[in-house]
Order: sequence, then structure tokens, then C-alpha cells
Amino acid sequence: MRAVVTVIGKDRTGIIYNVSKILAENEVNIEDISQTVMHDFFTMIMLVDMSNMSVDFNVLKNALETVGEDIGMSIRIQHEDLFNAMHTI
Amino acid sequence: MAMFKDVLETVRMIEKERLDIRTITMGISLLDCIDSSGAKSRQKIYDKITRLAENLVKEGERIENELGIPIVNKRISVTPISLIAGSSDDLNYVEYAKILDAAAATVGINFIGGFSALVPKGFTKGDRILIDSIPEALATTNCVCSSVNLGSSKAGINMDAVKRLGEVIKETAYLTRNADSIGCAKFVAFANAVEDNPFMAGAFHGVGEAESVLNVGVSGPGVVKRALEKAQDASFGEMAEIIKKTAFKITRAGHLVGTTVAERLNVPFGILDLSLAPTPEIGDSVARILEEMGLEHCGTHGTTAALAMLNDAVKKGGIMASTSVGGFSGAFIPVSEDEGMIEAVECGALTFDKLEAMTSVCSVGIDMVAIPGDTPASTISGILADEAAIGVINNKTTGVRVIPVYGKDVGDTAEFGGLLGRAPIMPINKNDCSVFVNRGGQIPAPIHSFKN
Repeated sequence: MRAVVTVIGKDRTGIIYNVSKILAENEVNIEDISQTVMHDFFTMIMLVDMSNMSVDFNVLKNALETVGEDIGMSIRIQHEDLFNAMHTI
Repeated sequence: MAMFKDVLETVRMIEKERLDIRTITMGISLLDCIDSSGAKSRQKIYDKITRLAENLVKEGERIENELGIPIVNKRISVTPISLIAGSSDDLNYVEYAKILDAAAATVGINFIGGFSALVPKGFTKGDRILIDSIPEALATTNCVCSSVNLGSSKAGINMDAVKRLGEVIKETAYLTRNADSIGCAKFVAFANAVEDNPFMAGAFHGVGEAESVLNVGVSGPGVVKRALEKAQDASFGEMAEIIKKTAFKITRAGHLVGTTVAERLNVPFGILDLSLAPTPEIGDSVARILEEMGLEHCGTHGTTAALAMLNDAVKKGGIMASTSVGGFSGAFIPVSEDEGMIEAVECGALTFDKLEAMTSVCSVGIDMVAIPGDTPASTISGILADEAAIGVINNKTTGVRVIPVYGKDVGDTAEFGGLLGRAPIMPINKNDCSVFVNRGGQIPAPIHSFKN
């Protein structure tokens, strides 16, 4: 099962480190990363595989949201299905 | 994986434009709860609802979390209670409403619909008792919603029901006078009622439906408005295209949520209702979409055409996105639940008569309109008859949810709170229609040829 992690906020050091640390700790594999920085505004989208995830989805979600608050970024994780449903025919 | 910009678009729709799933509504048949003993029947009803819907809220919240899209309401619709209670000896069905309320509280939902009767062509004993029980039922319960289907394109309009329901609405307003007559906000009188509608107050589980199904109502006026904002110089054809594409995406999200919840609850997925449903929140208004098309205020000349175009384009986009479209599937224009409508009424741009005209091109009728508390029952019946006529003649669903707010008059505002919002009291025509309403009988079914 795959999910999309979206990280949005003001650019700073250590964003990818902080997010990927949580993912690695919970056995979530990163399959793809895209990111841009425009006018100091950082946007990153990660496609992650949760097949071997060691915790419940909600635990991971809370951990990501907490780290998001710590580093002042908005971090969301959503099942990939929603995006595929809305944007493919 | 969806493209970068697609992901961001979805996130923006949810975070900034209030994209949400308005409701997941579980339809439950109560036909096997019929019993000659009212008490036994009610016990069966309670047991069945609490058994089948035990995990509705839990699974709804789980999917909300996983997909990251809010599901605002979790609700239940049941078989019209007049059909269930009719075989008992009870002379009052308020206890049935109370057991529905208790079941709703147990499973943690906010509304349960189906305290209903279907009388387009006449009353059964159960229908009469149910209709007489509506005011007390709505005054003594929190979550129960009631509806009556009083006309259809096949049968015409039951004018005896029209007359009686005018009185019922007045009685309900009086019994809930301490809360701005809020009981009336939980009652709809329909013509051509649909059997699979997930939206309240008019949801019920029709007799042609399966044992239990999961229906979904989507939302998204804010998303449509934002899409149109980006196309200021668009022609009508271009606007229609933008609305269609947006409706497609909204519908896909709804379809995914509906099918996933249904699968996890192990019930069949029923229908997806495409209606654009507003809320009183800023940025979630159907009126503002119409204004975005170039109207100074909703209600001015051009409003009916704008609404017709919007409604049609939403359907076209939605139909492509899901094969299970049903319910009303049209834009809703409730006054109290739409911040733009409220403002349009307050500034005098939107009148009762214009609202009536607008209902001829969209669902679902005169909805959440507060009128003076001293409005005679016969005038309310006249309003019901007019709306029913629009529905019956045009082969569409129409409904009336008016609130004659006890003790209030034009210039006052009724406060319902939450999703029901607030409503400025609207002036209505003061001329008498009681002789017309009191005639009784049936307006015959209309001819379905020579359409003009």
C-alpha cells in the first residue's frame, strides 16, 4: 500500500532529514521524491511504500504531524488512492 | 503516481477550498421489523440499526484519516416509518421517532432520516398517524428527520396532504418555539421524492432498495468557485468545461470514499449524490459561484440561467466520474446554510419568488427558508402546492423546508446553529389562498406529451 507525503512551508535546513528519519524508523520506504523551492517556499512530495510499515497508519501520521509542528512545516500523509481517483480517468 | 501539480491541487482543494465529503449515509431496510406489537417492532428497529451501523462512524473516521479528506456527516436513512408502524395498533408514532433517536445516539451519528410517509395518491392508516405525529416527534427528538412525499408526476398532487402539512409545519414551529422553530428544519415535503437520497432532512430508504446500502453525498462549492475565479474572461462554453472538470474530480473523491467505506462495512455501495451542497462557512457557497459568473448578487436577473448552467455542468462532469450516480444530483440552494444566499436576502437581491423560480432548474426546492411566524397554515400549503407543481409538471424532485419562525417577523433572524446556519426572515405574499387550499382532493396527474 502506498501513500503520498506532502511537505509545505518556509524553506529551512533539515526538512528532508527530519521527514525521512520518521519514515525510516517506521520501516516506510521512499519510492520517489519531487521538490521545489520558489521564493523561499518549500514544497515536497514523496511517494512512500507502507507494505512493511512497523506501526499503525495513524501512529505514523501523528509522528509526521508532530515533526511538522517542530520544524514549522505542514506535513500530510494520504493514501495514494485519492490522487489516482481524482486525477486519472 | 499522480503528477506533482495534481497532488498539490488536491491538497489545496481540501485545505483552502473546503473540499469535503458531505455525508456518508447508510440506508437500512426496516421491513423485517414490522410487528403487530409496536413495542416489539421498536425493539427490532433499535437492534437492527445498532447492529448494522455499529461501525459506521468508526470506519468513516478511519477512511477520513487515511485519505486525508473530511467526511462531515455520518448518517442513517431507514424505510419510511409509516410502512413499518402501520401494522401495529399504536395511535401515535412518536415512540418510533424516539427509538430512532436512541439508535442514532448509540451509533454516534448526527441525523437519522425516515420518519416519513409516501402519500402522492392517498393515505393509509399508518400515513395519517405518522403525519399527525410529526410535530411532537420533531419536538421531542434530536436527530430524527422527517419527510412526506405528497405528489408525483405519475399520480399528481395529494392536496389533502398539502393542506394537512401546512398545519403540521405550523404545529411543529409552535412546539419548538423556544429554539426558533428548529423542528421545521428537520422536515421536508417532497414531490417526486427519491428513494436513495443521502442528504437530510429528506433521506429515507425506499422500499425498492436493498437490505442495507451505503450512499454518499459530495460537496465542493468552494472548489468550483475557485476554479471559475481563475477564468475571468471565460465564455459560457469555457465555464461549463471548467465546472465539468471540477465536478469530475470532486465526484471521483466521493466515489472512492463511498466504495471504500461500503467495502469495509461489508454492505453494497448504493449511489453517489452529485449535489453541490453549501455550508454557512465562508468559501462554501453556491450563491458565490453564481456571483462569480458575473452577477452582482445572487437573485438578480440572470440568476436562474446561471444556476441552470451550473447544475447541468456539475451533472455532466459527475456522471462521467461515477457509474453509480443517484439521489438528487443537483445544486442545493438552501438559504440558511449558504453564506452568500443569506447576504443576498439581507440586501434585498434575493426574494422568495426568485427562489421559487430557481427551484425549477435545480434541486431541491424552497430549502431552509425562514418566513414570518404568523404565516397562516393555508399560505404554507400554498407554498407546498406551488413547489409540488413545479416538480410534478417538470418530472423532477422538488421539496419545501420552510420555517415559520414563531414570534419573529421580517427584519428578524432565526439562528439554528451548526450546519443549519441562520436565516433572515423573508417576506412572503400576504394574499390569502385558503379557499384554494381547502378544496381538498387530488390535482390530477399531468399529461406527459405536448410539453410546452
